[in-house]
Amino acid sequence: MYKYDHYDQAMVDARVDEFRDQTNRRLAGELTEDQFKPLRLMNGLYLQLHAYMLRVAIPYGTLNSEQMKMLGHIARKYDRGYGHFTTRQNIQYNWIKLEEAPDILADLATVEMHAIQTSGNCIRNISSDQFAGAAADEIADPRPWAELLRQWSSFHPEFSYLPRKFKIAVIASDEDRAAMRLHDIGIQLVHNDLGELGAKFFVGGGMGRTPMIGPEIRDFVPADELIHYAEACLRVYNRYGRRDNKYKARIKILVHELGAEEYTRQVEEEFAHMKTLGLNPPVAELERITGFFQDPEYDRTASDDLNLTDPDFRIWAQQNTHAHKQAGYAIATISLKPTGGIPGDASADQIDLMADLAKQYSFDELRVTHSQNIVLPYVRKSDLYALWQKLDEAGLAPPNLDLISDMIACPGLDYCSLANARSIPVAQKIGERFADIGRQKELGELKLKISGCINACGHHHAGHIGILGVDRKGTENYQLSLGGSAAEDVSLAKITGPGFDEDGIVDAVEKVTDVYLRDRSEGERFVDTYRRIGMAPFKEALYE
Amino acid sequence: MNLLTGNDLKTGDVIWWAGGESWSRHVAEAEDAGEGGDAILAREEAARRVNASYIVPAKISDKGPMPLHIKDRVRASGPTVRTDLAINTDIPIVNAVTAGETHV
Repeated sequence: MYKYDHYDQAMVDARVDEFRDQTNRRLAGELTEDQFKPLRLMNGLYLQLHAYMLRVAIPYGTLNSEQMKMLGHIARKYDRGYGHFTTRQNIQYNWIKLEEAPDILADLATVEMHAIQTSGNCIRNISSDQFAGAAADEIADPRPWAELLRQWSSFHPEFSYLPRKFKIAVIASDEDRAAMRLHDIGIQLVHNDLGELGAKFFVGGGMGRTPMIGPEIRDFVPADELIHYAEACLRVYNRYGRRDNKYKARIKILVHELGAEEYTRQVEEEFAHMKTLGLNPPVAELERITGFFQDPEYDRTASDDLNLTDPDFRIWAQQNTHAHKQAGYAIATISLKPTGGIPGDASADQIDLMADLAKQYSFDELRVTHSQNIVLPYVRKSDLYALWQKLDEAGLAPPNLDLISDMIACPGLDYCSLANARSIPVAQKIGERFADIGRQKELGELKLKISGCINACGHHHAGHIGILGVDRKGTENYQLSLGGSAAEDVSLAKITGPGFDEDGIVDAVEKVTDVYLRDRSEGERFVDTYRRIGMAPFKEALYE
Repeated sequence: MNLLTGNDLKTGDVIWWAGGESWSRHVAEAEDAGEGGDAILAREEAARRVNASYIVPAKISDKGPMPLHIKDRVRASGPTVRTDLAINTDIPIVNAVTAGETHV
């Protein structure tokens, strides 16, 4: 894992001191809320429905057990005993006191963490594949590139006041586990015909009120020019992105209105200009960073044998573990989606336990997924059973990864001041309706995603089944959509028709899964069947 | 009727104007600000007794003053999915607008 150098630490410490001073001035009445609001947002501190909410950055979703322990400590000392892992691989705390916020940031800084750029119109936390460095199918480890982008984008003077927020994802495999095409910039590391490493660039993806899939604008950017190319993409956006209308200010609107071809032409022009400036590509820095992401000291004699005689363990191991690049090891995903639970929430005790288990079984490392789960990336197969037993004791072993109950859900109207409807109760009711794990496995891979408003933090546009909560004449109403995907088969879901009330939407989900079970062909997932047979049979089941 | 709400500057807690310079965590103790809400909020914001304040249309119910809109009812009740953290679980959330109380 990357370790801060003295520059990193000094910048974060200085920001803590600065924010402490700003907070004191606000509490003393020297700053108005209008003056203070942009300052607190730059430090991830929102004012939400019930209290202040602090969003802490987890760069590319990677953290060690000491950092995870700190997240548990903050939940226990400053919040109400829990935290919420988000769809941007971060964590949010819902009950923060303004007067304690500087102390929290100071505590975070002791373990090389912060909340900088988790809000505001800047480049947000760089996200990546939660299996990075461990996946059997990656062509390179994307984390050094994500870290390089993190350093480049942190406090970047030119990009601190963009037209709107900006999100970048980096992956290095054909399987997209990071919703890469739905980011402002999606970067896929690839090899060219000569075997050289570089990156494919996709620009202008996003969800929100105007969902778009990012078009490919360059099929190969040489590795040592990746930062400059990203800079060129940002410069064109910063110059021409709309600042007069926040709903049309994201880069996806610019790319769409200019057309991908014209946007690309302008980026290439800017890129060519930048090359004449004689700025050194950061190859040396990349090499320094890459040194932090070496493989852990694997036990090269570890066996691939796995004793699956315990039936409950067998179900979990089959569903929640993935192939590892190192023989004898597996990637284990801890589902934060128990039946009737709140997707992404974990108690301080659970956070502590996951930290301890990472230390014991996963070379001290954890990952946060955009699906609001936790990954232990380096588990010896012979340790999986002991790991599962400890997780199961703590309620952390739902064997439901990628099944219908492994839902993404935003906090919705229970916590969020932007929401129009509650998301979590709907997620809980669907989870209870489909509680039987045999039934879930019969349905197979099914990505269900719920948002409580059009901003789409719950990624409903990208759900095989998507649910959007709306305010219809003052009451909660839920629109159903089908056919989305955030993976390599990326697509945007389509609305089925009129919405449903809270109980009706649960029935509606059941009806569309019944259509799938009735009409599917051998080997088809829900989304495959939808793509083959179209919307009509589903609409018929829902509305006739 | 019009209630006044906002957040406590230091703690972020949801609070309701309870008359004069007084604010309460409980909507049941909220007072009707009538048409004078803007002036009261300007005074209270300046005194830093409330932050991010606004006027809430409400009605009288058998449970006392009740915000009309679901969002304000959730603010008054606390998260409906964590009743252990709630302020008041008696507040009706579903179908807030048509909950049946008389609009004053």
